[in-house]
Amino acid sequence: MARKSFPILKQLIQQCTNRSFTSTASPRAVTLIPGDGVGPLVTDAVEQVMKAMKAPVYFDRYEVRGDMKCMPEEVMDSIKKNKVCLKGGLMTPVGGGVSSLNVQMRKELDLYASIVHCFTLPGLPTRHNDVDIVVIRENTEGEYAGLEHEVVPGVVESLKVITKYCSERIAKFAFEYADVNKRKKVTAVHKANIMKLADGLFLESCREVAAKYPEIQYEEIIVDNCCMQLVSKPEQFDVMVTPNLYGNLIANTTAGLAGGTGVMPGGNVGTDQAVFEQGASAGNVGNEKILKLKKANPVALLLSSAMMLRHLEFPSFADRLETAVRRVIAEGKFRTKDVGGDSTTQEVVDAIIAAVD
Amino acid sequence: MEAMHAPVYFERYDVHGDMKSMPPEVMDSIRKNKVCLKGGLKTPVGGGVSSLNVQLRKELDLYASLVHCFNLKGLPTRHENVDIVVIRENTEGEYSGLEHEVVPGVVESLKVMTKFCSERIAKYAFEYAYLNNRKVVTAVHKANIMKLADGLFLESCREVASKYPGIKYNEIIVDNCCMQLVSKPEQFDVMVTPNLYGNLVANTAAGIAGGTGVMPGGNVGADHAVFEQGASAGNVGNEKILEQKKANPVALFLSSAMMLRHLQFPSFADRLETSVKRVIAEGKYMTKDLGGVSTTQEVTDAVIANLK
Repeated sequence: MARKSFPILKQLIQQCTNRSFTSTASPRAVTLIPGDGVGPLVTDAVEQVMKAMKAPVYFDRYEVRGDMKCMPEEVMDSIKKNKVCLKGGLMTPVGGGVSSLNVQMRKELDLYASIVHCFTLPGLPTRHNDVDIVVIRENTEGEYAGLEHEVVPGVVESLKVITKYCSERIAKFAFEYADVNKRKKVTAVHKANIMKLADGLFLESCREVAAKYPEIQYEEIIVDNCCMQLVSKPEQFDVMVTPNLYGNLIANTTAGLAGGTGVMPGGNVGTDQAVFEQGASAGNVGNEKILKLKKANPVALLLSSAMMLRHLEFPSFADRLETAVRRVIAEGKFRTKDVGGDSTTQEVVDAIIAAVD
Repeated sequence: MEAMHAPVYFERYDVHGDMKSMPPEVMDSIRKNKVCLKGGLKTPVGGGVSSLNVQLRKELDLYASLVHCFNLKGLPTRHENVDIVVIRENTEGEYSGLEHEVVPGVVESLKVMTKFCSERIAKYAFEYAYLNNRKVVTAVHKANIMKLADGLFLESCREVASKYPGIKYNEIIVDNCCMQLVSKPEQFDVMVTPNLYGNLVANTAAGIAGGTGVMPGGNVGADHAVFEQGASAGNVGNEKILEQKKANPVALFLSSAMMLRHLQFPSFADRLETSVKRVIAEGKYMTKDLGGVSTTQEVTDAVIANLK
């Protein structure tokens, strides 16, 4: 799984030819936000594993809860300073009132790309085989612009905003990612037959960028057909680039196909900062029962922290972590409930620590 | 229909997807007859022509789109025990078609939600569940992000739910819903959704239950109903299928059975459905999308042969 990580790609390409990282890697600070629900449980798992691996990272912990009015200043400053953050999960309350902190964070740090890597893991039986899809989703505009108002009582308008600027940069990101990671195909997901101007603009931008990458195959697919194809023939998809809302649904559907949201890694990337968290959270942070019994699945966050290590340019640590996690899953002895086992979070963590060499 | 001697006769009209709007005589005919059966109308991608499908639904105010997705015996799929009816609001939401370019390179698209439409689709869903002995109605939403818009939708659903104490009601956020659909679809019964989510959920559910080639559906309004293939995944088949005449007629057969029931000819509807199910269960005549090699005509002949 020698997959290079994504952001600050210029830097990556420069460093491509010089892979001899010195062992005196100075420890990097990473902002850590445990969050709500099972968040603290899984971030604790990551901290344990990092310590056991003697990874050159140390965490600046901050307590943030989903029902706060906005992200505390010091947390945002910390992320801006450290440039990298690991997040457990922040619960967004349903209904009027508090705006989503997740969305606020992404907007303020301009984390314009959300990446979810969904793949089938050996040892984890799923109904679909050969799934290896990376969903790259525009993270700042589209349907989640958060611009709503009540025109008259009983009539609400919600604005979906699509700009050339954002569509272009997410398309560039997707193709650059595909190029750097040796992916063969990029598929743009849209509903331009109905939303002609909005998704039409998105498609235009994708096509323009596609023209600059002739070796990468480019396709377009209407979103409802895409959903249908995902559940019948997921092996046809490689990298998918989508606007905000479709990306959310597709990422979750794909995560479900490939083994569940408990195991898929992901991150939110911007030009300067990156926040890593469980790939697809399906909008929840676990229920009470999982929290009480401490049976949350730490695999997704562990794989995301491996992505983070690669981003921080510690590829050997990233490889060791990923190998250990895969070995534990392939063995199948220590698995949490969502993937068919019975272990607690701690048991899985211990198994992974034992498997790290 | 002819083979069954069903008490219906058809008034044919030719309409193409790239026409600017539905011809007035077609609309008049539908208003007169109150029932229509539709093959498929292709909507061109990109700027210019607005979708005729959407126009049809708006003009006739066909506010509910129904897709019934279920496993058919003889058609093996990766998911078992699927029997989901997706009831989707058909007139507003994200498909209002209200877009404009604010400045070059910036486009706004309006999603409109009204209490009126949300209420009536919720009422339809619960009434459907009640009449068809369904146990659970699930509302699909994204009200944690779109608080006002989907919040309004949920409010309406909750109000209607309280009038049907015999039917269980729950809510699910749309991304969790997609995930649950592909892992545990048996938990869903009737789902009521706004326009966009309904489109995606219906197509996903159709995909897991056997494909869009077999799922029946219809668009229902207060006065008229248009029946067509349940989930078309936005396409009307490709050139190859057309040339070799291998399109799957099952979905439209089952939709016309729904139509017969709507016209209150339940015995004909039952005979048609039984025949179709028998042909699928036997497995000898199946089109390519279901894993077979038959042509449309062969499947049709088999269904006719099985009619009693």
